[in-house]
Amino acid sequence: MSSRAFRRSAIVAAAFGASALVLAGCSGDGGGSETVNPDEPITLTVSTFNDFGYTDALLQEYMDENPNVTIVHNIAATSNDARANYFQKLGNTGLADIEAIEVDWLPEVMEYSDLLAPVPADLTSRWLDWKVEMATDPDGNLIGYGTDIGPEAVCYRTDLLEAAGMPTDPDAVAELLTGDWDTYFSVGQQYVDSTGKAWFDSAGATYQGMINQVEAAYEDPATGEIIATTNPEVEDIYNAVLDASATQSAHLQQWGDDWFAGLANGDYATMLCPGWMLGVISGNAPDVTTWNVANVFPGGGGNWGGSYLTVPANGANVAAAQQLADWLTAPDQQIQAFESAGTFPSQVEALADPVLLDSTNEYFNNAPVGAIFTDRANAVDVVPFKGQYYFQINDAMQQALTRVEDGTQNPQQSWDQWVSEVDLIG
Amino acid sequence: MTSTLARPASDAPAQTPGRSPRRIGFGHRLSRWDLKLSPYLYISPFFLLFFVVGLFPIAYTAVISFMDWDLVRNSGEFIGFEQYTWVLSNPKFWIALRNTFSIFLLSSVPQLIIAIFIAAMLDQNIRAKTFWRMGVLVPYVMAPVAVALIFSNMFADQYGLVNNFLASIGIPAVPWHSDAFASHIAIATMVNFRWTGYNTLILLAAMQAIPRDYYEAATVDGAGRIRQFFSITVPSLRPTLIFVIITSTIGGLQIFDEPRMYDQYGTGGPNSQWLTITLWLYNIGWGEWNFGRAAALAWILFLIILVIGVINLVVTQGVVRTEGSRGQLTRRQRREQSRAARERLAADSVAASTPKEDVR
Repeated sequence: MSSRAFRRSAIVAAAFGASALVLAGCSGDGGGSETVNPDEPITLTVSTFNDFGYTDALLQEYMDENPNVTIVHNIAATSNDARANYFQKLGNTGLADIEAIEVDWLPEVMEYSDLLAPVPADLTSRWLDWKVEMATDPDGNLIGYGTDIGPEAVCYRTDLLEAAGMPTDPDAVAELLTGDWDTYFSVGQQYVDSTGKAWFDSAGATYQGMINQVEAAYEDPATGEIIATTNPEVEDIYNAVLDASATQSAHLQQWGDDWFAGLANGDYATMLCPGWMLGVISGNAPDVTTWNVANVFPGGGGNWGGSYLTVPANGANVAAAQQLADWLTAPDQQIQAFESAGTFPSQVEALADPVLLDSTNEYFNNAPVGAIFTDRANAVDVVPFKGQYYFQINDAMQQALTRVEDGTQNPQQSWDQWVSEVDLIG
Repeated sequence: MTSTLARPASDAPAQTPGRSPRRIGFGHRLSRWDLKLSPYLYISPFFLLFFVVGLFPIAYTAVISFMDWDLVRNSGEFIGFEQYTWVLSNPKFWIALRNTFSIFLLSSVPQLIIAIFIAAMLDQNIRAKTFWRMGVLVPYVMAPVAVALIFSNMFADQYGLVNNFLASIGIPAVPWHSDAFASHIAIATMVNFRWTGYNTLILLAAMQAIPRDYYEAATVDGAGRIRQFFSITVPSLRPTLIFVIITSTIGGLQIFDEPRMYDQYGTGGPNSQWLTITLWLYNIGWGEWNFGRAAALAWILFLIILVIGVINLVVTQGVVRTEGSRGQLTRRQRREQSRAARERLAADSVAASTPKEDVR
C-alpha cells in the first residue's frame, strides 16, 4: 500500500471517528414536557458546589412526598469546576436537570438566558426584589430560583477596639459606624492614630463593598458600552479607598496565606463581612474569642455573593425539575438549609421565620446573626449592573489596587495601567 | 483485487500444465499482503487516535483562532488575523514571554547542575544505595498542586517561613509576591524541588553505563576525583544531557501548575509578575471565555516551541556529530577521504597487474 493511499484512508477513518463523536454528542436532545405523566418514575439530577445545605434527609423528604421521583445530588469540588462544566455543556447537553450557579457568573449566564427555562411568573414575588432583579434578563424572564444571599455587615475585634479606647458593644459600634464610607474611614483614622495598627484588611475587599453600591459602575446598562475609565464614581471610590488604605489597611490580599493568618493574628480591627464570611473567620481563627459583628454597613446595604438554581431548557424533565427547584428554594427548605450549612435565605417569608430571627452565633459572642443579617438584607437598595465585561474590568481593578498596596506602583501609575488594560478588553 | 480475479481467463492458456504456475495463489498473495500491510495495521490505532484526539483539535484550534468564537452556542464569526494582532499588541504577552523564559532558565540551569552532582554522589559506592536513589525521586511523586501549596505557604510575604527565617537572622523580608524576580525564584524553587530528582535518576543511569575501566585507568594515571568527574563523567554524559535539556525545555515553556498555585487568584500576579504564557492562555480561555484569542495564543506558543525545537535540534546535531565521528571531519570530508583511498587502491592494483613492474 502506498503511503499516500494509507494517508488518505487514515484521514477518512479519522473523519468518521470525529463525526461519530459529534453525532453521539447531538443525540439525546429534545425530550421536553409534552407528555407529562405525573406518576411516571423519573430521576432528577441536582448539581451544586460547596455546601448548599441540601442534606440527604432534606432530599429524602421530597422523594417521600413524590414517590415517583428519585433525586441524584452531585456536588462539584469547587465552584470553578462547576462553572467550567456549566458553560461547556450549556449550549449542548449533559447538564443536570437542576444546575446551581453563583451570582458571579450571572453576567455570562444572562447572555444565554434563552437556553434556560424561566421561573414561572407567579413565583417571583417570593424573593427579595433585588435578588429577583439580578437574575432577570432583558426580556423580563427570571432565569434562576434564588437560594442564598450574602448581605454584608461589619465584623470587628472587641479587644482591638478596646485597646484604642473605642466602644466594643455591638450596638455602640453600629452607632459609631453608621453613615457613609467617609464615616468608616474617619473612625478608622482615629483608630490608627491611637494604636498605630491597621483598621481594615485590604483595599481590594473594601473597594468591593463600595463598588457594589454603584448602580452602573463599569458598563452602560442601556448600550453595554464600557464606561469604567471615564466614570467619575469609579475614580472617586478608587481614590477614597487608596487614600484610606495608605494608613489604615493591613495590606493583606484577600484569600492569601497572609490574610488567613491575619484573621487569627489581629492584624486589623474590622472587616466587611457577608453572612457566609462568619464561617471563614471562625474556621481560620478558632482560638480567637473576640470577633464580633455589628449591625451596620457603611453607605447603606450591600450584598456579596449568593446563588441560584437554574433549569436548562433542553433537559429531559424540565417541568419536574422546575417543581423540585421551586420546592428547594421555598421558605421551609431555605430555613433547613440555613440550619445545616448557614446559607442565608433569600425568600421574604423565610426572612421573617422565627428560627432565623432567633439564631445566634456562639463564636461571635452569641451575636444575633439571624436578626442582624435580615436587617442588612432589607437594607440593600442598589442592584449593580453587571454586563458582559464586568468581571474582567473588576479583576483588573482589584489588581490595580493590589499594585498600590504592595508598593509596586503609586496610585496614578496603577490607575493609568488599569485604563490601558480596560482599553484592551472588549 | 477485482482485476486479478478477472484476468486468469486470458492468462491460463499460455501456461503449460505441470510447470510452476505463473498465477499466484490467493494464500500466497495474502501472505504477501500480510507482510506489507500488517505493520501499518498494527501501528494504525495510535495514528487513528492521534488524528482524532491530536491533529483534529490542532487544526480546529487554528480555525477558531481566526474567529470570534462563542463556546456555548458553538458558532463564530470569521475575523481574520484580529486575534493574533490583539495578542501580539497586548503588553501582557511580552511580559508573559519574559516570565516564561526567566522561570525556565532559573529552574533548568540550577536544576541540571544540581542533578549532575547528586547523580555523581549516588554513583559512588555508598551504603543503602537504593534508599538514597528512591529518596531523590520522592518529590517527583508529589502532586504539583501539593508542592505549590506548601511552597506558597513558605513564600508568603508576611508570615511565610522563609521571610520569618530571614528576619530572625536580620535580613529584610523579600517581597515574594510583588517583585517579579523574587517571584520567579520562588516558582523556580518549586519546579526544582519537583524535577531535580527525576533528572538525577536519568543522569545516574547514564553514569552507570560509563565503563569503570576509564576510572581505573585515570586513577592509575594519578587523576583525582574532581579531575575524573570533569574529564570522564561529564563528557560521557553528553547525549543524555541533551535529552534532559530538551525535555526540560519543553516542560519549562509549558510551565503552568506552579505559577497558577502561587497565589489565591491564579492570574499571574497584580502586575503580571509571574504570568506565564500557558497561564495567560488558560485565563483567556477559561476565565474570560474568549476562545478565539486563546486559540490564537495557543498557536503563537506552538510556533515559539517549534522555533526553540529547531534551535535545539541544530545544537543537538552539532554536538552529537562531534561525539560520534572520528576526529573533527565533516561527512563530506570523510567521503572524499574514502574515495581517495579507493582510487589509490585501484591505482595500486592496476600497477600490480602490469608485469613490467619490479617487485619491491
